[in-house]
This record gives sequence, structure tokens and C-alpha cells, in this order.
Amino acid sequence: MKIRKIMTMAGTAAIAAGMLAGCSGNKTAATTAAPATTAAATEAATTAAATTAAESTRLSGSISMSGSTSMEKLANALCESFMEKYPDVNVTVEFTGSSAGIESVLSGKCDIGNSSRNLKDEEKSSGAVENIVAIDGIAVALDPKNTVADLSKDQLTAIYKGEIKNWSELGGQNMPIVVVGREAGSGTRSAFEEILKVEDACAYANELDSTGAVMAKVASTPGAIGYVSLDAVDDSVIAAKLDGVEPNAENIKSGSYFLSRPFVMATKGEIKDQNELVQALFDYVYSEEGQNIAAGVGLITVK
Amino acid sequence: MTENQTFSIKSDSRSKALVEHVAEIIFTVCAFFAVLAVISITVYMFLNGMPALFQVGIREILFGTKWQPASADPSFGILYVILTSLIGTTAAILIGAPVGVLTAVFMEELAATKLAAVVKPAVELLAGIPSVIYGLLGIYLLNPVMYRLEIALFADSPDHQFTGGANLISAVIVLAIMILPTVINVSASALHAVPANQRAASLAMGASRIQTIFRVTLPSARSGIAAAIVLGTGRAIGEAMAITLVSGSSVNFPLPFNSVRFLTTAIVAEMGYASGLHRKVLFTIGLVLFVFIMLINICLTRILKGREDEA
Repeated sequence: MKIRKIMTMAGTAAIAAGMLAGCSGNKTAATTAAPATTAAATEAATTAAATTAAESTRLSGSISMSGSTSMEKLANALCESFMEKYPDVNVTVEFTGSSAGIESVLSGKCDIGNSSRNLKDEEKSSGAVENIVAIDGIAVALDPKNTVADLSKDQLTAIYKGEIKNWSELGGQNMPIVVVGREAGSGTRSAFEEILKVEDACAYANELDSTGAVMAKVASTPGAIGYVSLDAVDDSVIAAKLDGVEPNAENIKSGSYFLSRPFVMATKGEIKDQNELVQALFDYVYSEEGQNIAAGVGLITVK
Repeated sequence: MTENQTFSIKSDSRSKALVEHVAEIIFTVCAFFAVLAVISITVYMFLNGMPALFQVGIREILFGTKWQPASADPSFGILYVILTSLIGTTAAILIGAPVGVLTAVFMEELAATKLAAVVKPAVELLAGIPSVIYGLLGIYLLNPVMYRLEIALFADSPDHQFTGGANLISAVIVLAIMILPTVINVSASALHAVPANQRAASLAMGASRIQTIFRVTLPSARSGIAAAIVLGTGRAIGEAMAITLVSGSSVNFPLPFNSVRFLTTAIVAEMGYASGLHRKVLFTIGLVLFVFIMLINICLTRILKGREDEA
């Protein structure tokens, strides 16, 4: 009897342990599944730490950054690895919006103003300098059987506003257009709507909550159109030409592909006139490591 | 010998008292754990859901039809979302409940033992399938069929927005299948509890089997079946994962072929990047859902209490 009881207890304990192990297993899975960016960032930082250990001890102080919410991923990744390289430097980032960021750098409230658009002329004339650190490119994905492979800006706008509803209107097959987009709050959605100037005017038939879901929906639905970050495009969809321009890094850099926007880290006055901390940050951003970080968060590098 | 004796609680009155005492404490703590969780969730939902309700305005949120949470001049109307949840759940119950109850009748009253031995495990297995699997099946089986139907039906209506098959009907079908196990199992046990002599009496009076089922067995199990349907409703209104994959997730009036967003999927879809007031409103949606589920639970308690009183 007793032995049986002990056996049962041992059994229960084993099951409980198994369940606990299961839980912790999940947790590790979750941490390892964290964005590749942090992994890339730390990797870059560790190699950097070894080579420039002597230099990094010199710099200390703090840098403040404020601005675009779309640049959150990039700014956080850059700051994290920059602070690992220069442990005595503290970088703070606020996400207030592009215009607010430029305003506060001009008024001296922060060192760097992040902006996910080109600076306006009046901002430049009041002393803001446009330092483009990376470019965000968006691809228009079409289902693989679609025969329309080239769209103009007006056509794209009309499709997303729900004015064009069938591919036959664009010279394609007689097939309804299924308009796929991202959920409100998504950076890709705000960039797309901002560039096409269709904020709050889009007639989405599907609002999906991840890039992967958009890709899967477009790939499996005849007549579907969607937008995703350029680096997410693969063979399962057609990446449409826009105004006859192929979506690729070269065309985005040259500015001929319109569905892209610059990520600007604006300073008041040229970089060389900034304090040494800010200069070190820009050196870092434009270095191979810094640009790798930008590429790691799905952006197109500028160097 | 002495070592063995310590295992027995009969051996020593002091250790016996201690074991009793410790066990009592453990049971009490366990019991309060659930209560504590319910209370803290309730308090948390109200604390987080209320502020936006007053900040935006109760009417603007609950009766507004425009959902543009991230625009420069945001509007947070969730009327369509609430209606979708209500209509979607009702439709799923209208499909799922009759099928579920009749399956339970089949299993308990009509099926030969061998056949019941196949149906019962199948139903139990259905209950164990994760909801995301239902969603995947919906994407790959249901949506393409719906899309073909949509193209056929709306070929001549230029105003219709094509959704690629992700619509209210898809979501309702997935929900109806998902609530089946709950409805079947609970109503089967209600039918099982009907005393055999009632059936025997009915049959002895010359009633056929089907007459007995509809005139005697089902009426006598009605409170249990009502409980089954209410539990099914609870499951349907709270489901998120499966329907987020098949419903299209745009905020629209819940017409059969529209892409729609439920209360649950509204939270899931936008929690990731929402900030500020937008995030608070998502908590308000959670609060609305919470209130619905509480109402359903109150109904359930009433029904179960009614059954006790009957008995």
C-alpha cells in the first residue's frame, strides 16, 4: 500500500515537474524568438566592445533624442548597442512624432530630432539639418497570378480608396480587387497612408495584424493586393512595379521608387558642430555596425 | 518499525493534529486563489476600462460607428464591433445549438452502443482541438469556398467590397463548430440524468421513441440543455484566435459577406502597437466583453439554480 502511495506521489511530482519544464520551455522559446534586431545588435556590440574598449571609456554624458514613432525600432536598436559600446553614455529616446521631434531639436530641448519624412523648407531654414540614416521601403504585393504588374501612384491611391474595384479597370483579368492592409497603429500602415496621402480614407477589406498574415492572405487570395515592408517580400507574391519602377534598394536610394520614406535624425546645425557625444553617435550610425542594425530592422541602408 | 509508524496519521495525536491543520490551510489558500483572481481581474478591468469611457464619452464609444483610432483626429466608435459580436454569436448559437442538442439526443437515446462508441470520442476530440487549428482550417477550406460564393453572388453589384472570403459567415461557421463539443457534452449529461422510468412510462403508454424524446426526455432535461446553450454562448463570445484568422478584421456593419471585427479580435489585432488613448479604449472594449460574459454567467447561475429548485 505504502509503496503504491509513494509511487503515486512520485508520479504526480514527475507530472508537475514536466508541466513546469513545459512552462519554462515556452519562456525560453519566447525569448529566443525576440526580434532578430536585438541579436544582431548585441552581436555587433560585443565585437565592437572588444576593439574599441580603450576609446569607449573616454566618452561619458547623455544624449537625448525625440521624434518619430515609426523610427521606434531603429532608434531603440541603435541606442541599445551604442550604449553597450559606450557604457558611460546614456541615450534617452522619446517618441512624440516627427514634427514634434524637429521642433524640440530646434528649441534645444533635445540633441537629435527623429523624423520619418524629409524636412520641410521652413524647418531647414530655421537651422535643422537633414541627416538621413536609413530608408524605409514598402512593397506592394499582388497575388502570383495577377497580370497587372505595374501600378501608377493614382491607380494605387484609387484602389486603396475603393474607387477602383476590379482588375479589369487596370487592364487585367475580370477579377475583384481584395484590398488587404495592416491594423491601425502599424508603422507600415501609417507610412503607406502618409506617402499616398490616404490617411483614414482607405477601404480595407482585410485588416491583418502582422506582415506574415498580409503575405499569406495575398499569396492565397486571387485578386488580392497588400503592402509589406520591402524586406519581407518573397516569391509567394508579386512585388508590383510602381510608375514602372522595380522595388529594390537601388531604386529606393535613387528616389525613383515613390513608396519609401527617409528616416532622418535631424540636428540643429551640421553634425561636425555638435558635441562629441552626438558626433560619436552619428559615427556609429554611419559605421558598418550601425548600418547593419538598420538593415536588421528591415530598412535600406544609406552608406 | 518506528520509521514506518511516522507515516501513519493514526500513530500520534500531535502529528495528526498538525497534518489536519496544515491540510486545512492549504485547502483554504487554494480556494482563495481563484476568488482572488476573479476579484483582481474585475477590479483591473474596471480601473483600466473606465477612464477612456469618460475621456472619449460613453456615447461616442458605445454608439459611434467610426473606428479610426490612430488618425490625427481619432474616433473610437465600437458599435459595429459590439453588433458583430452579438450577431455573430447569436448566429453561431442558432446553427450550433440545434446540431449539438440533436447530436446529444442521438448519442444518449438512439445510437447503438457501437455507434455511440465512435461518436463520443469524436466529440471529445473536437473539444480538445486548439482554436487556432479551427482558424487555419477556416483559412484554407472555408475562405476559398466563401470567395467563390462571393464572386458568384456579387458579380453584378459594383458597390460590394470583395473580401476574399474572410467574412461574417466564415466566422459564424467556425464558431458554430467550436461550440459543438460544449453543447453536446453538457446536454448529453442532462439527458443522461433523466430517470429511465420516465421514458419507460412514456413508451408503455404507447408513445413512439421519437415522441418520447420530444415530449418527455427533452422537456425534462430542458434546464440542463439551456445551461449547455448558455455555456456555448460564453465560449462563442469569448473566442478570438480562430475568428481573427477568418473574419477579415475590418470594422464594418455585420452583414453576411462583410469583413467584420469582433470584440475579442478588436483587442487582439491592435494591442501590439496601440498607445495612449487608443490603448485605453482597447481596455474599454475588454470591459464591454467582460460585462457581456458576466451577464451570460449570471444567466447560467439562474438556470442552474432553477434546476436545483425543480429537483
